[in-house]
Amino acid sequence: MITGTDLVKRGMAEMQKGGVIMDVVNAEQAKIAEEAGAVAVMALERVPSDIRAAGGVARMADPRIVEEVLKAVTIPVMAKARIGHIVEARVLEAMGVDYIDESEVLTPADEEFHLNKKDYTVPFVCGCRDLGEAARRIGEGASMLRTKGEPGTGNIVEAVRHIRKVNAQVRKVVGMHEDELMTEAKLLGAPYELLLEIKRLGRLPVVNFAAGGVATPADAALMMQLGADGVFVGSGIFKSENPAKFARAIVEATTHFQDYKLIAELSKDLGTPMKGIEISSLAPEARMQERGW
Amino acid sequence: MVKIGVLALQGAVREHMKSLEACDVEAIAVKRKEELQDLDGLILPGGESTAMRRLIDKYDFMDALKEFAHAGKPMFGTCAGLILLAKDLVGYSEPHIGVMDIKVERNSFGRQVDSFEANLAIKDVTASFPAVFIRAPHIVEAGENVEILAKHNDRIVAAREGQFLGCSFHPELTEDHRLTAYFTQMVKEAKAKHFV
Repeated sequence: MITGTDLVKRGMAEMQKGGVIMDVVNAEQAKIAEEAGAVAVMALERVPSDIRAAGGVARMADPRIVEEVLKAVTIPVMAKARIGHIVEARVLEAMGVDYIDESEVLTPADEEFHLNKKDYTVPFVCGCRDLGEAARRIGEGASMLRTKGEPGTGNIVEAVRHIRKVNAQVRKVVGMHEDELMTEAKLLGAPYELLLEIKRLGRLPVVNFAAGGVATPADAALMMQLGADGVFVGSGIFKSENPAKFARAIVEATTHFQDYKLIAELSKDLGTPMKGIEISSLAPEARMQERGW
Repeated sequence: MVKIGVLALQGAVREHMKSLEACDVEAIAVKRKEELQDLDGLILPGGESTAMRRLIDKYDFMDALKEFAHAGKPMFGTCAGLILLAKDLVGYSEPHIGVMDIKVERNSFGRQVDSFEANLAIKDVTASFPAVFIRAPHIVEAGENVEILAKHNDRIVAAREGQFLGCSFHPELTEDHRLTAYFTQMVKEAKAKHFV
């Protein structure tokens, strides 16, 4: 009997497919998310839009909040550690968190190196904007990916850009001749063996969710149509007027992402979604997606 | 050729479809209750049972699933699917589909860091099966007509009761299709019996 194998860590993410993972900041929100049909919750001290508003350094959540959420629900609980912060990650692992997000939403602890995620028993999810970044994270041991988008903006444009980019690059690799893959690996900054594996499988070897800007049921369905395996919703739900209703609508739109009549029905009278931010109004240093190397 | 559906509301649907195709049967992803009608058997995949249950209720699947069971058609639940099949759940007053005479405890091996791989002997299937347990449930009690197929550390992790097959682990995550083949055989036998 062995724990922490690739099969066990990646398999956990496979079980989340077709589902919605919701950001929560306390037990009450976690229960609303579970009741709405979330496949997991992300325990945070603040949702991304509040992190943006607060400024300063964003760190791992207070373990008290993580503990409270762990006790409140039976679905898996994820939590975020800063990029490269070995101790935050180990603390979350020791607390029994089910998945760690090495996340650009928090202020990076290391501007050169990510965590060596193979060292851990707990699985990791990491952000990516293109196949090079995705492959480097998998190479370091990430068991799940999510495209980054631009967190806390309620603006889907960056999420669309990233999922399209990653999937287009995967298709390119799958269609390439094996002779060409070493040069492609060099150009992408991706491990060569991973490109061989992607070509063999015809897809990424791990589950890839979409994140960063999903604010409506239609946004969630859009991500699914563009080939995401599932959706992370951060500020979108608990910054809306009626979180419980909103959460249920997002879950259903994600399951039935091609049923437009249904999406029309469940988008009615949802109240005001979170206020969005136009990306060009964000200063380059305020863009979380630029974090990660 | 027999047609076997995979309940496709959430979870490891693609893997089960692949496994069924490897066993040379027609695999159908079921998102609507109407799609259950012309199936000979159904797999309830791994995923999050609470999320699946909400979608089952929302789309009014529950009665159709119970009818499917009452028609004598074989059903195979893996992990979350096992939880959906059980008549009794530890800590809950109501079951989900509730057709298999077993009592199941959720997340009974611990959290994700305790998830593991182990080799299992499965009766009538193989002496060594690579089983992947992820936040897995186990069968605490089995009724008298339930045949126990596998145990891990004295806990029941696979069982059959007539048309129902259930396991705690994820056969769909490996390339070993023998347990799926065992189920497809159950479906073929049930279909043959139905036509006689």
